[in-house]
Amino acid sequence: MGKLAIETRGLKKSFGKTHAVAGVDLAVSAGGVYGVLGPNGAGKTTTIRMLATLLRPDAGEAQVLGYDVVRDARAVQSRVGLTGQFASVDEDLTGVENLLLLARLLGYSRRRGRERAADLLDAFGLAEAADRPVKKYSGGMRRRIDIAASLVVTPELIFLDEPTTGLDPRSRNQVWEIVRGMVAEGATVLLTTQYLDEADQLADRIAVIDHGKVIAEGSSGELKASVGAGSLHVRLRAPEQRAEAERVLAGVLEVPAEPSADPAALSARISDPERVARALAELSRSGIDVTEFALGQPSLDEVFLTLTGHAAEEDAA
Amino acid sequence: MNTTTAEQASAPVTEDALRSVLLAGERPSRPGPVLTSLTFGWRALLKIKHVPEQLVDVTMFPIMFTLMFTYLFGGALAGSTQEYLQFLLPGILVQANVMITMNTGITLNTDIQKGVFDRFRSLPVWRPSPLVGALLGDVMRYSIGSAIVITLGLVLGFRPEGGAVGVVLSVALLLVFSFCLSWLWTMLSLILRTPNSVAGVSMMVMFPLTFVSNIFVDPKTMPGWMQAVVEVNPISHLATVVRGLMHGSVPAGEIGWVLVSSVLLLAVFGPITMVLYRNKK
Ligand SMILES: Nc1ncnc2c1ncn2[C@@H]1O[C@H](COP(=O)(O)OP(=O)(O)O)[C@@H](O)[C@H]1O
Ligand SMILES: [Mg+2]
Repeated sequence: MGKLAIETRGLKKSFGKTHAVAGVDLAVSAGGVYGVLGPNGAGKTTTIRMLATLLRPDAGEAQVLGYDVVRDARAVQSRVGLTGQFASVDEDLTGVENLLLLARLLGYSRRRGRERAADLLDAFGLAEAADRPVKKYSGGMRRRIDIAASLVVTPELIFLDEPTTGLDPRSRNQVWEIVRGMVAEGATVLLTTQYLDEADQLADRIAVIDHGKVIAEGSSGELKASVGAGSLHVRLRAPEQRAEAERVLAGVLEVPAEPSADPAALSARISDPERVARALAELSRSGIDVTEFALGQPSLDEVFLTLTGHAAEEDAA
Repeated sequence: MNTTTAEQASAPVTEDALRSVLLAGERPSRPGPVLTSLTFGWRALLKIKHVPEQLVDVTMFPIMFTLMFTYLFGGALAGSTQEYLQFLLPGILVQANVMITMNTGITLNTDIQKGVFDRFRSLPVWRPSPLVGALLGDVMRYSIGSAIVITLGLVLGFRPEGGAVGVVLSVALLLVFSFCLSWLWTMLSLILRTPNSVAGVSMMVMFPLTFVSNIFVDPKTMPGWMQAVVEVNPISHLATVVRGLMHGSVPAGEIGWVLVSSVLLLAVFGPITMVLYRNKK
C-alpha cells in the first residue's frame, strides 16, 4: 500500500434528523480507482462533498492528499477535481466557454486557456460541439464535459459522483474508458456508484456504504469471499430424491440447502470449498445420482444482499 | 434542440489525446480577487448573450410603466402629460433599477439547484468572487435598463435641466445603490429553496416599496401615516436625489443619505450572504 490519498476517521454529517453520514472511516491509497458503492440515499454524495471541502463535517476528520479538509481547504481545492452528481457546468454557456471560464479562474492566460479548452474538447470527443450551448448536448456528452471541466488543471485526485447514472451503455463505456485513462496516467479516482457491475469492473477497492456507514471494505474478490466461497448447484437424476439430498447436503455443508425452481435441482451456500467434494461423495454413498453440479461465484448483488439485508438497487432513483 | 446532430458530434474519446491533456500538467499561478470577479462578470455577460430573453424584464417593464403612467394618469395627476413626464421619468428610472436588483438572487438560486455552484465553490478562488462577479454582470443590465428608460423619455419629451452631467451622475448613483441592494436578494436566495420563492418574496418586498414612495406621485395628497412611511422609505430618498440631479439641483444631504444607506446595505447583507454561502449545504 502506497501513501494514502484519502483518510477519514469517524466522519459525520447530519441534516436535521437525517444522519446522512454516520461515522465513515476510509483509507484510500494513491493511484487507481476506489469505488464507493451504495444505494440512493446511502450518504455517498454527502461524503464526497465533505471531502471536496463543500460541506463542513459535524464530527470526525478527513485528510485529502495529506491536507485537512477543514483547516487546509485551499490546498485541497487546488489539488482535486470534482464532478458532481448533477450538471456541474453552466448549461447556458457553450462547451468551450465553460472550459475557458474555468481555465481563466484557475489562472490560465486567455490564450493558453483557449488552447487548453480546445485540447480537452478534442480529447473528450467534443470538438464538434464546442460552440454549442451545453443544454443542447446529449446525456453522454454532458457527462463528458462535466468530467473535462474537472481536468482543466490536471488534478492528483478526482471525485466522480455517480458518473454513469442514467447513461446509455455506450456512453457508460466511454466514461469507463476515461476513468481507466486517468488512472493509467497516475491519477487517483474516487468514484461513487449504485451499480454493482460498475464497481466490480472499475474499482480496485470498494467500500460498501449503507445508511451513512461503511458496512464492508475490500477488493471485489475479498467482498465476495466475505460472504462465502459461493454456492454449490446440484441437479439430481430423480426429482423425488430432492428432500433426502437436501438433508445430506445440509449435514455436510452445515448450511441449509435450498430447492431451486427446477424440481430436480437444489443449491447451497458454501463457506469452505473443501467440503464440496465430501458433500458430493456423501450424496453418492446415500444412493443419490447427481447428473450435474456447478460451483457459482457470488455476485456483488449477493454480497450486498447479505451485508445489508436488502438489494442494492431496489430504491434507485 | 437537435439530438441527431448532437449524437453525430459525439466522437469517441481518443486515448492518446486524453493522455496528452492529462500529462500537460500546467499549474498556473492563482489569480487575484479582481480578476476572478471580473471573470465571473464575463460569465454573466455570456449568459445575457446566449439567453437575451432574460432582458425582457429589464426592457419591457420600464417601457410599459412609462407609457401607462404618463398617458393614463399624467393629465389627472399633474395637469398635463408633459409636465408629469418631467416628474415621473426619474422615478421610473429608480424603479427599473431596483427591480433589476432581484435578478441575481433568482439566478443564484437556479445555479445552486443545478449544481454548478458546487463547482465554483470547490475552486481555489477568492470566495465571494462568483457573487461579486454576478453582481458586476448586473451592471450591464442596469445600464441597458437605464438607457432604454432615458431614451424613451427623451423621445416622449423629457427634458432634464441638469443636462448630460446630471443624467450620468444620477445613473452612477443608481448603479452604486443597486449593487448594494442586490446583496439583500443574494442573501435571500441562499435561504429560500426555489427560484420561484426568491422571485415571490422579492416582489412582495419591492412592489410596496416602489409604490409607497414618491416615485409616481407627490406624497402631499396622501394620508399622514402614509406620508410618514413614504418619508422613511429609502426608495423615496433615492428618487428625490435622482430627480434633483436630473433637473439640475444637487441635494447634497440627500445624496449623503443614499450613499450611507448603500454602505449600510452592503455592510449588513454582504457578510451575512458570505457566511450563508460558505455554509450552504
Ligand atoms: N442538503 C440536504 N438537506 C437535507 N437532507 C439531505 C441533504 N443532502 C442529503 N440529504 C439526505 O442525506 C441522506 C444521504 O444523501 P446523499 O449523501 O445524497 O446520498 P447518496 O448520494 O448516497 O444518494 C439522504 O437521506 C438525503 O435525503
Ligand atoms: Mg448522490
